[in-house]
Amino acid sequence: MKPAPFDYLRADDEEEAVAALAEAGDDARLLAGGQTLMPMLNMRLVEPAVLIDISRLPGRAGIEDDGTLIEVGAAATQASLEAWPPLSARAPLLARALPLIGHVQTRSRGTVCGSIAFADPSAELSLCLATLGGEVVLRSRAGTRTLPAAAFQTGMLSTACRADEMVAAVRFPAAEPGAGYAFTEFARRHGDFAIVAVAAIAQENGIRIGVGGACERPVVQDWPPLAGSALDDALDALAWSLDAADDHHASARYRRELVRGLGKRAVQAAQETRP
Amino acid sequence: MSTLGTARERVEDAALLMGRGRYIDDMPTAPGTGHAAILRSPHPHARLLEIDAAAALALPGVHAVVTGADARAWSTPFLVGVRQPMEHWCIATDRVRYAGEPVAVVVAEDRYRAEDALALIDVRYEPQPAIVDPEAALGPDAPALHEAMGGNLVSERDFRYGEPEAAFAQAPHTVTTTVRYPRNTCTPIECLGLIAAYDPGEGVYDVLSPFQGPMTLHPVMARALKVPGPRLRLRSVPESGGSFGVKQALFPLIVAMALAARKAERPVKWIEDRLEHLLAATSATNRVTRIEAAVEGDGRIAALRLDQLEDCGAYLRAPEPATLYRNHGNLTGPYRIAHLAVTNRVVLTNKTPTGLNRGFGGPQLYYALERLMQRIAVTLDLDPLDVIRRNLVAGDAMPYRAAAGAVLDAGDFPATLDYGASEGALDALRAKRDAARAEGRLYGIGLAAAVESSISNMGYITTVLSAEERRKAGPKDGAVSHATVAVDPLGAVTVTADSMPQGQGHRTVLAQVVGDALGLAPEQVTVALEHDSQRDPWSIAAGNYSSRFAGAVTGAAHLAAVRVREHLARIASQRLNCPAEDVRFEDGRIFGAANPENDLDFRRVASLPHWSPGSLPDGVPPALRETARWTPPELTPPTDDDRVNSSAAYGFIFDFCGVEVDRLTGAVTIDRYVTTHDAGRRLNPALVDGQIRGAFAHAVGAAFYEELAYADDGSFLSGTLADYLVPTTCEVLDPLILHRDVPSPVTPLGAKGVGEGNCMTTPVCLANAVADALEAAIPDLPLTPARIAAVIHGPEGAPPTEAPPGR
Amino acid sequence: MKRLGAGSRHRIGLTLNGREAGGWAEPRMLLSDFLRHALGATGTHVGCEHGVCGACTVRLDGAPVRACLTLAVQADGRRVDTVEGLAPEGELNDLQKAFRRHHALQCGFCTPGILMSLDAWLDGRPAPDEGEIRELLSGHLCRCTGYGGIVAAALEAARAARAGDVGEDD
Repeated sequence: MKPAPFDYLRADDEEEAVAALAEAGDDARLLAGGQTLMPMLNMRLVEPAVLIDISRLPGRAGIEDDGTLIEVGAAATQASLEAWPPLSARAPLLARALPLIGHVQTRSRGTVCGSIAFADPSAELSLCLATLGGEVVLRSRAGTRTLPAAAFQTGMLSTACRADEMVAAVRFPAAEPGAGYAFTEFARRHGDFAIVAVAAIAQENGIRIGVGGACERPVVQDWPPLAGSALDDALDALAWSLDAADDHHASARYRRELVRGLGKRAVQAAQETRP
Repeated sequence: MSTLGTARERVEDAALLMGRGRYIDDMPTAPGTGHAAILRSPHPHARLLEIDAAAALALPGVHAVVTGADARAWSTPFLVGVRQPMEHWCIATDRVRYAGEPVAVVVAEDRYRAEDALALIDVRYEPQPAIVDPEAALGPDAPALHEAMGGNLVSERDFRYGEPEAAFAQAPHTVTTTVRYPRNTCTPIECLGLIAAYDPGEGVYDVLSPFQGPMTLHPVMARALKVPGPRLRLRSVPESGGSFGVKQALFPLIVAMALAARKAERPVKWIEDRLEHLLAATSATNRVTRIEAAVEGDGRIAALRLDQLEDCGAYLRAPEPATLYRNHGNLTGPYRIAHLAVTNRVVLTNKTPTGLNRGFGGPQLYYALERLMQRIAVTLDLDPLDVIRRNLVAGDAMPYRAAAGAVLDAGDFPATLDYGASEGALDALRAKRDAARAEGRLYGIGLAAAVESSISNMGYITTVLSAEERRKAGPKDGAVSHATVAVDPLGAVTVTADSMPQGQGHRTVLAQVVGDALGLAPEQVTVALEHDSQRDPWSIAAGNYSSRFAGAVTGAAHLAAVRVREHLARIASQRLNCPAEDVRFEDGRIFGAANPENDLDFRRVASLPHWSPGSLPDGVPPALRETARWTPPELTPPTDDDRVNSSAAYGFIFDFCGVEVDRLTGAVTIDRYVTTHDAGRRLNPALVDGQIRGAFAHAVGAAFYEELAYADDGSFLSGTLADYLVPTTCEVLDPLILHRDVPSPVTPLGAKGVGEGNCMTTPVCLANAVADALEAAIPDLPLTPARIAAVIHGPEGAPPTEAPPGR
Repeated sequence: MKRLGAGSRHRIGLTLNGREAGGWAEPRMLLSDFLRHALGATGTHVGCEHGVCGACTVRLDGAPVRACLTLAVQADGRRVDTVEGLAPEGELNDLQKAFRRHHALQCGFCTPGILMSLDAWLDGRPAPDEGEIRELLSGHLCRCTGYGGIVAAALEAARAARAGDVGEDD
C-alpha cells in the first residue's frame, strides 16, 4: 500500500502553486493536510504525476476576522482554527463542529480548506459553510474568484473548482448578534463521518437548518420560527425532500428518521442558546 | 517468596515502551533481500485464463514474478481435513474463488516497486457467478466452487446422544430460535508478515515470521512444499503485534513466499498491508444455527437439538472445519442436558477462507445457545437468571461428563453465578431498569453463561469423520506441551517453551512459574520464546492458540523446574547433611528445613553440574537442562459413538449487563457490564484481567460494529478500517471483573485458559440485553444502530403532500 | 520552489529526537517508512497506512500526526519526535512507567503511537478528565487491552505531572 511515483513540488507562494497547477493540469493534485489525499495515494486510488504541496504556503496559514467574515487560509489546519482564541464567540457553530471532525491526530494536519475542497457529503465543515452561507475563494493563474458555498459544492465529491484552481481560502460569516447556533450529528463511532449531521441557526425572525450526510451535498433551508408540530412537519417535509439513499451503513428511511430527530434536537438547541 | 498469583509487572514492557520491540518488520534482512507484493483477484469467482507478466518483469528493480505455474512446479495443494476433491494451492492455478485470492507474487528491490509492478501484470479472467450466502450455496442451482466436488457441501454429520426424540416428544414446551453469526475478525494492529529464504544446496526452506501455530500446520506446509519436515525451518520472531488466532493464517503465505524466495533466488520479505488483511487474510466462520430445546414448565431443558451450517469460505483451509468441532464435546455449554441431537454441515462460498479467531467456535455456539436461554425465559415468562441456574451443572457433580463427551473438570457453576449476581448487584440493575422503563426509556438487561474450553484435544477435529474413517486414519488425541529449564555455568536460569506469544506476557508468567519452583525472583529467570522448529522441542499441539498457555505450557515449565529443583536438592543435601526432601529453596538460597541459617548460594549449587559433573550424586545429570513434556491423559480420541472430550480444562463465565437503546438513532449504550470468571488458579491476576478486558473489547466490536460484509455478487464491502469498524476508547467501557476460582485438577498448576471467554459470552449477553430493552425479536449481529432502529421505528408515515414551509 | 523528481532519491534532513538525522528518499516515500527503514527508528509502527489505526503517530514540530499520511519530504528540515526519544537514557519516563504499572499494553504494537499522542497532548493540559482522555485516545486502535489500562495510565501520568509542577512551584 504505497503511492505510485510522482514529482513533488513545494510551492513557496501562491503564485508558484497556481503556476504549477496550470502547467500540470489534470495530472496534478494539491497536497495540503493530506488526511484525505494521502490515503487515496497510498491505496493508488489516485496517481497524479505531480503533487504540489501547499501545506506551508506563507500567508495562507492564518485566520483573519474582518468583523463580518472569518477567512481561513489554504494552509490553516483544523487544529489551528479549533485553537483560535475568539472561536467560540465569533464562530460558535464551528466551535461545536470542529471537535467532531476526525481525531486530534488528524485535525493537527487536516486543513479547513482541504476538507471543503474534497466536498464529502458528510463533512462537518462543508455543512457549516453551507449553513452559514459562507464563500470559497478560488485562485488560478488567471486570477481570483469567489463563489458562495451553495455554488461551490455541486455534488458528491464534486465542486465548481476547476483543474487549474486552488481553494485559497474559505470565509465563514461571523456570529450574528441575537442568533443561537447548534450542531449535532450521529456517527457510528466518535470521529467517524456522520451518517446524518444537522446545523441550525435560530434567530428572532427565523430558523436556518442545514443537513449533511443524508444525500450528495448539504441542504439548507430557511424557515419562519417554528415549534411543536409545525416544526415536526417542516422536518418531515425536509427529510422527504432530501432524496436520501440506501447504502451499506444505513437505509434512506433511517437517514430520514435521523433528519427528523436530530433536526428537532438541533433547532431546539439553537433556540435555547440564543442570547 | 512466591510471586505466583500476584500481579507482577511484565518483563516485556520496558523494551516495548521504549520502541525497542523486535517485530517482523524490524528484523534484519540479508543484503539483496527482495520485497514481495501480491496480485490478488478482483473477482470473487472466475476462471484464470492467462497471466502475462512480461511488462512487470521488464520494470527495473523487479526480480521475479511467481504464479500458479510455479506453485504447480514446486508444490502440491494443501491437505484438506475431509475427503473431498478440492485443490487449494498457495497461489491460484486455474480458478479464483474469492476476492483477494493470490494470483501472482512480485519480488522487487522494495515494496514501492513491487506494487508498481503489480499494475503491469496482465491477467485474463472469465468471471463466474459467485455465491456468498451459505444456505443459498446448498441450493441445486448454486454455482459449484470446486467442480470436482459437484456441490458446495463438504461435510455433513448427524450426532445423537441419549434419547433426544423421546425427550422432545415428552416435554411440554419446545422453544426454537435461528441465528446467523456474521463474519468478523480480530484484526491485530500488526498485519501478517514474514521473511522467507531457500537454500538450494540442502533444499531447506527457512521462514521467519510471527506464525503462532498450531504446529499441526507444519506438516501441512512441509507436504505442500514437498520437503521432509526438518527442511521447512520455521522460526518465530521475538514480538508479535497481536494475533488472537489470526496469524495462523500465515501458513499459506509461508508456502507461497517460500516459493517466491526459491524463484527469486534471494530471501523475500513480505509485509501484508491492511487492505490485504481485511480482504483476504482470514475470518471467523459465519454460521447459521437453528437451535431447539425441549423444556419443562420451570425452564429445565430436557433435550437440545442443534442444526449448524458452517460457512468456511472458498476452501476448507486447515485446521477447518475445526471451528465447528472445537466445542463439540461441550455443545451443551455449562448445562446439564442429557439428550442431544446435532446436525453439522460445512459449506463453501466465494468468501475468504476461515480460520483461527479468538473464541474459535465459541462465539458462534453461545450466540445460539444463550439467545435460546433468553427466548425460553421470555416464552415461559420466567426469570432468565432462574432459567440459567436451574440448568447449570451442580458443583457436586464435578467432574461432569457432558452429553457429547466433554469432561467438565472443576467448578461450582451455581455458586459462581450467585456470587456474580450478588457482588455485581444484579438486583440494583433490575431496579434501575424498572425506573428507566417507567420513564419510557428503552433499557434492558442481558445475561449469558458459558464454559470456556481450553487446551484443545488434538483428536477433536476427527469427530468430523465417521468412526470407520477414524479407525482407518489411526487415533488422534492428547495435547503435548514442552518446556525446558536450563542452568548455565554461573547458575543462571533460562526457560524456553513451545509457545509463540502475541503479547499476552508469557515470558513474565514463565519467569514467575519457574522462579517460584526454584526460590528465585522472576527477574533472575530469563525466558526466551523465539521458537525454531529445527532445534526446539515441539509437538503438533505446540503454538499459542486454544488458550493452552496458562494450563499446558506453564504446566510443562513447572514440571521441568521441579525436576531441576530435585536434582539441585540432591546436590545440596550432600553439603547440608540433610535428606533431599528437606532441602528448601528461597530467595536465591538453598538450605535444610531444620537449619535455615546454614544456607548455600543457589548459583554455586546450580553451577556445579557444569563445572564438576564428576562430583554429582548418582542420577543427577551433568550440565543441568531439563525438558518436560506434558499431555493431559483426559484427552482421549473420540469414542465410536462420537463422544469427545474436546478440551482439557473448562472455565466458567457468567455475565450480565444493562444497556440503553436510543429511540431515535438505535444506538446502544452499555451502562454496566459485569463478568464473573472461574479461570482456575490465576497465575498473574493482572494478566488474567488484561485478557478479559481485551476479549471484552473484541466482543463489543462483534456485537455492535464489526462485520466483514459482502455484497450479493461476492464483492467485498469492508476493505478499510473506515468500513470495518473497530471500537475505540469512546465505545468500550471498563467492565467490572469478578473472580471465583476453582483450580483445575487436570493442569499441573490448576490454571484454566481465560483469553477467549468474553468473545463467547459478551456478544450474546449484549444481544440479550438489547432484546430485553426492545421487548421484541432482534436482528442478527452486529446490532448496528440502523438495524435496531428498523425494529424501533416501525412503519414510516407517508410523505407530506403540502409544500414545505420555505427555502 | 522546490521540485523533486519522481524517479530519484533526495536527501532529507530532519531533527529526530533532538539529533540531526538524514537519509535518502523518493518523493513518494512515506514518513513512516523513512523513519523505520532509512533511519532505523523502528519504534514507530505501521498498522493501516490510511490514517485510522494511529500506530504510526509521531510528533511533527510538536504536534501529533500520522506518519503514514505524511511524506518524508514534508518532514525535511523539521523536528520529528518518536517513541525512541521518550526514554533517551534508557530510563522510562513517568508516562511509560504508568503504562507498565497499569498493564496498559500487551503486544505493544499500538503503544508507541499512543505514547506520542499522550506525550504531545499532556504537555498542554494540566488536568484532563477521563472523557477528554478517551476522546484523545479515540484516534488510536488497540486490540489487546480493551483500553482500560491505557486510560488509567494516562490519568495517573497527568496527576504525576501536576504533582511535579506543584513541587517545582514550592
